[in-house]
Amino acid sequence: MVRRAKKLTRGVAVIGAGMSHFGAFKEKDSRDLFVEAFQAVLGTVQKGIDPREIEAIYVGNLSSDCFEGQAHVAPIMAEWVGLNPRPATRTEDACASSGVALREGIIAVASGLYDIVLVGGVESMNKLTTARVTDILAAAADAIYEVSVGATFPSLYAQIATVHMDKYGTTEEQLMKVAIKNHDNGALNPKAHFTSSIRDLMNSRIARAKQKGQPIPSWTDEMEFLKDPSANPIVAWPIKLFDCSPITDGAACAILVAEDIARNFTDEPIHVIGTGQASDAQALHGRKDITSLTASKLAAEQAYEMAGVTPKDIQLAEVHDCFTIAEVVATEDLGFFKPGEGSRAAEEGKTARDGEKPINTSGGLKSKGHPVGATGVGQLVEVWEQMSGHAGQRQVARVNLALAHNVGASGSTVVVHIFERR
Amino acid sequence: MEVKEFTAASFYRFLDRKKLMGSKCKKCGALFLPPRPFCGQCLENEMEWFQFSGRGKLISYSVVRVGTTMYEEKGYGRDTPYCWGLVQLDEGPRISALLLGADLSRPDSITIGQSLEAIFPDKREEEGERNPVTFRLE
Repeated sequence: MVRRAKKLTRGVAVIGAGMSHFGAFKEKDSRDLFVEAFQAVLGTVQKGIDPREIEAIYVGNLSSDCFEGQAHVAPIMAEWVGLNPRPATRTEDACASSGVALREGIIAVASGLYDIVLVGGVESMNKLTTARVTDILAAAADAIYEVSVGATFPSLYAQIATVHMDKYGTTEEQLMKVAIKNHDNGALNPKAHFTSSIRDLMNSRIARAKQKGQPIPSWTDEMEFLKDPSANPIVAWPIKLFDCSPITDGAACAILVAEDIARNFTDEPIHVIGTGQASDAQALHGRKDITSLTASKLAAEQAYEMAGVTPKDIQLAEVHDCFTIAEVVATEDLGFFKPGEGSRAAEEGKTARDGEKPINTSGGLKSKGHPVGATGVGQLVEVWEQMSGHAGQRQVARVNLALAHNVGASGSTVVVHIFERR
Repeated sequence: MEVKEFTAASFYRFLDRKKLMGSKCKKCGALFLPPRPFCGQCLENEMEWFQFSGRGKLISYSVVRVGTTMYEEKGYGRDTPYCWGLVQLDEGPRISALLLGADLSRPDSITIGQSLEAIFPDKREEEGERNPVTFRLE
């Protein structure tokens, strides 16, 4: 069978991307967060846009059904931003829900059906207890054969970590470096869930202990802080609290248009030049090797091939660091580093803002936050800000080629996009 | 008891009878654990039941201190962790299992590659609840 090279039948461009604040907002519902993201995206369109020009809306959402008792969220989001009666479609692929919404929006514009679409994602998670959230997230694994033996998301990624450690010698300290780096980035992102570095967090705890007359912790740097089980308790060994992304509320939106009309809205559109998506066995036990996510490799391969670029060409990437080990594995699967070398690359600062391959300049899921259904489009927001030069203190040098990598569950869905500024 | 269909219900019923049962494709010989009715290898659907020996080796594991509600209700928690992992059966396929017999205060004492054997604890959960696949570290 001859495989036809995949391409978009017409070009698609991003003319704006924006997000709500990410954080814990018990007083806000999904629709409120989505409205905030919608207002943000309208503000990013350089020459402005009449929202009534939007023809369709795609919304990623994992489980408002369980988090808020609200199914069928897409028409409500459309209603709250004044876009009824346009078609409103929800996509659900666990934590890749809005990466997939983005892809569906791209396909819809490329097909010629629509010229202008809104893609977004939303999740409101903090109204429930951590235990209930753990249950709901675990439902994105294999409910019959994984959840039954006690699987939780931290413990699923812990499986990947133990194998990566055994096969390549990856250490807990190297994973801590990923957390430190992402918090350093998040500290510079005004919309991040955590806007303080781990060092600042450590210092504030020391200050609090002094103030209350409690014993003063002896931490002298972030690594000592992270190695102290009282500060960084085990969640699912070897995964500790600071290896995990937080439970976050938030929404993100982007506007996609046909390339040939993009300049009506902005002189600096970001072009979608590659898209890829793959699936895999839902349960880790259904895969031959868990030191990497096969679906990441396949989705990336498709995106690189369509874009005609190689991993070396990518100047900045937002990758799916739901856990620190996930970032390490992603940087290997995307071809930035050889298998087994991702953890050392992080340790050596290669993935820092000023490193050779800046990864998660937004703070990543780890520090910017992980409102699961909003994460995929949230990654595009960082790519947009970096490419258009609006990333403030996080800004890295001119970015012309960037990648976003969004994973559903433990890798049974992965979607990868490549963007170009011309 | 009549067990015919290659379903999770059948799998767990076998487990209650202390048998670890998967399916085998009659066409290409591929083994599946847990069982499935349709061969993902050759795309045929002529399966037969296949009993696994229950012996295997450890692929990966985690010691969980923040569990799901179901496990918290069983008494597990921050000070009473549990361990689950992936087991590769001698016959090839892998399965997720609750792991017993390890010193959970020292997770790094558990060795990847170490031998395991399936065990079948008596069902003590309420009627209708499924016993998890369970292995013991040797």
